[in-house]
Amino acid sequence: MPHRKIQKRSVADLKVGEKAVIESFSDQWMSLKLLEMGCLPGTEVCLHCKAPLGDPICLNVSGYCLSMRKSEAATILIEP
Amino acid sequence: MGNPNSGKSSLFNQLTGLRQKVGNFPGVTVDKKSGTAFLNETTEISIIDLPGVYSIYPKSVDEQVVTDILANPQHPDYPDVAVVVVDASNLNRNLLLFSQIQDLGVPVIMALNMLDIARQQHLEINAVRLSMQLGVPVVKINARIGEGLELLKVAIEQQIGQPTVSETLFFDPGQQTVLAGHDMKGLISDVRQQYQLTNNYLALQYLIQHDGFSFLGRPQRVKLDGLIEKYQFDEIDFQAKETIGRYQRIGEVVKTVVTDKRPLNQSTWSQRIDRILLHPVWGYAIFATVLLLIFQAIFAWAQPFVDGIDAGVAWLNGTLHEQLPDSPLTDLLTDGIIAGVGGVVVFIPQIAFLFLLVSLLEESGYMSRVMVLMDRIMRQFGLNGRSVVPLISGVACAVPAIMATRSIGSWRERLITILVTPLMSCSARLPIYTILIALVVPEKTVLGFLNLQGVVMMGLYLLGLVAALVAAYVFKLIIKAKERSLFVMELPTYKWPRWNHVGITVWDSVTSFVWQAGRVIVAISIVLWVLASYGPGDSLEQAENRVRSEYANQSAEQVENRVASEKLEASYAGRFGKILEPVIKPLGYDWKIGIALISSFAAREVFVGTIATIYSIGSADEGNDSTIREKLAAEINPETGGPMYTPAVAFSLLVFYVFAMMCMSTIATVYRETKGWKWPMIQLAYMSILAYGSAFLVYQLMK
Repeated sequence: MPHRKIQKRSVADLKVGEKAVIESFSDQWMSLKLLEMGCLPGTEVCLHCKAPLGDPICLNVSGYCLSMRKSEAATILIEP
Repeated sequence: MGNPNSGKSSLFNQLTGLRQKVGNFPGVTVDKKSGTAFLNETTEISIIDLPGVYSIYPKSVDEQVVTDILANPQHPDYPDVAVVVVDASNLNRNLLLFSQIQDLGVPVIMALNMLDIARQQHLEINAVRLSMQLGVPVVKINARIGEGLELLKVAIEQQIGQPTVSETLFFDPGQQTVLAGHDMKGLISDVRQQYQLTNNYLALQYLIQHDGFSFLGRPQRVKLDGLIEKYQFDEIDFQAKETIGRYQRIGEVVKTVVTDKRPLNQSTWSQRIDRILLHPVWGYAIFATVLLLIFQAIFAWAQPFVDGIDAGVAWLNGTLHEQLPDSPLTDLLTDGIIAGVGGVVVFIPQIAFLFLLVSLLEESGYMSRVMVLMDRIMRQFGLNGRSVVPLISGVACAVPAIMATRSIGSWRERLITILVTPLMSCSARLPIYTILIALVVPEKTVLGFLNLQGVVMMGLYLLGLVAALVAAYVFKLIIKAKERSLFVMELPTYKWPRWNHVGITVWDSVTSFVWQAGRVIVAISIVLWVLASYGPGDSLEQAENRVRSEYANQSAEQVENRVASEKLEASYAGRFGKILEPVIKPLGYDWKIGIALISSFAAREVFVGTIATIYSIGSADEGNDSTIREKLAAEINPETGGPMYTPAVAFSLLVFYVFAMMCMSTIATVYRETKGWKWPMIQLAYMSILAYGSAFLVYQLMK
């Protein structure tokens, strides 16, 4: 059987209104920007809305609204 | 300095009022907004408004400036005191930047802003405790209404007199041995020794960011690379740890100074508005309406002002003609200078309206929603959601539009935006469109309510937009990405626009347009007038004498007309036009249009003025009583005997002007923004080929 990592859920998989706690990042370079914007491991985020075509998405992070592309959101892994 | 949307610019405007000017930071093209204010009766200080950033690790060109200044105490703009504006309603994230600036060793003052918004969100902040925890002066302000300015000035005065700098670093990279797993202490002290730095955090910046530091020479940068190698220092990893470390401490500080009585799960009204404005159907419908409104404003609302200015210039010209003695100098003043200045001033209403609306959208917070709305679509074309602002601004003028691309972090997306923005029909093309459409498109109603001329006009704008998107798509295939594209962006809460802000933005953009474009246009008008009025040797007199003897039997008026047009043909400008004629013949143009093409190469808005000059020089009846349109309609093609401006010629010209990059200011701006001639030349070439090819097709098909 080929080695296959179990796909972790990421912020990109959230539904509108769903909440989750950030666990880690799958992309180091992207994580620098996300950390600066306050997306820290252990922080709760809430998917607040999606753009009409489902991408980009808007998150609520520590009291403000942050928008990002779906591909960027996919690098934020969430606690199960 | 401060985070974006923290009220930094409001504070700057409150402190300086209209005593501000826009310049450039040395070596870079980022606009530097500076101004002066009085601390007390005797002390005047100069204040610089730095671009808003989230951290001192820059993500785009305009953010780079902040780090460049703060990491280099020798920089001419290095501050005596750094006033950091902090948004109290988002304290954690704002304190990240604040703690970094503080750690760089600059004397700082925290201007704690937006306490009213924090209070609305049921957050109470104890500023005194915050000041004690951080060891820096904290002043409560309300930048929107100008509260707390006096206290802030007192604090600035004290910090200048006796700077108090926190003794310990908020985050000390030298103490992070455990965190990083390397000998950070050794590495940091090595850097400090080699560069005579007194500050651990500054030493860390040398390590992480030295590639972007223009003040370091090449050997110095290589040496830093050597140190990184020696200690096996992982920059990205360490930077991530720094951010987490800072947020941990910030969390502890915030816990002791903020009382959070926020009820959980209550959506703010900003979020409720978002649900409508980002709605799959309503979102686009509202955006389309806003765009229509902008167009309506530029074309319809600005028209009375444009007409007024036009009439005013014409009146001034006529009066001067009557009052002043008939001499070449008078002609130069009226036909050359005043006509040229009038050509610039006439754009002011449209530009003012556009910037009024764009800055209203930005102030209110809607513009970032538009970026979110459009990002997915723009990405298909190699652009970014942030490209929307330049493309919309391009409808007024490409110069500020191209400068607005600086906020796009990815070089590739920014470059593509720069390359295609001039295809958006700017307001300088409008007079050309107006006059040619009026000439060949009948004024009638189609489909019951649409004005045919308006439909054609709209079509030209759409043609420009489509061409921009197609060109972007082609460039996307050609240009390879240097770095990854990033769209992580804060959506500010909706706010009422501040009218003084809007006013200042409009004023700035109008004045910079008048100065930048104005000089070029006036200069060209004068040169053109001279070239069209004089010829080599006595060729003009020869032409006049020849006509007089050949057509001696015709009426005096006809002879005068002949003389004038033969003289124009013999002038320098006429000769240039003649040389160009073989090249533009396939497009349906004659040498007179050739002159207009050459002269409008530097600025397309000159076209209408040029044909006005050419046809008024080229006909004897002073030309003051007939409009340009009538003159064009009366122009006869000597070969066919029919009117010169057939629909084929007019449409060929229209298409040519939609695509052609005829604007010196734009080329100069692209040169500055891309730091070289390569891209402006590529842009000029592709747009010229596109213009020539399409004009050729249009003429040959319609002929």
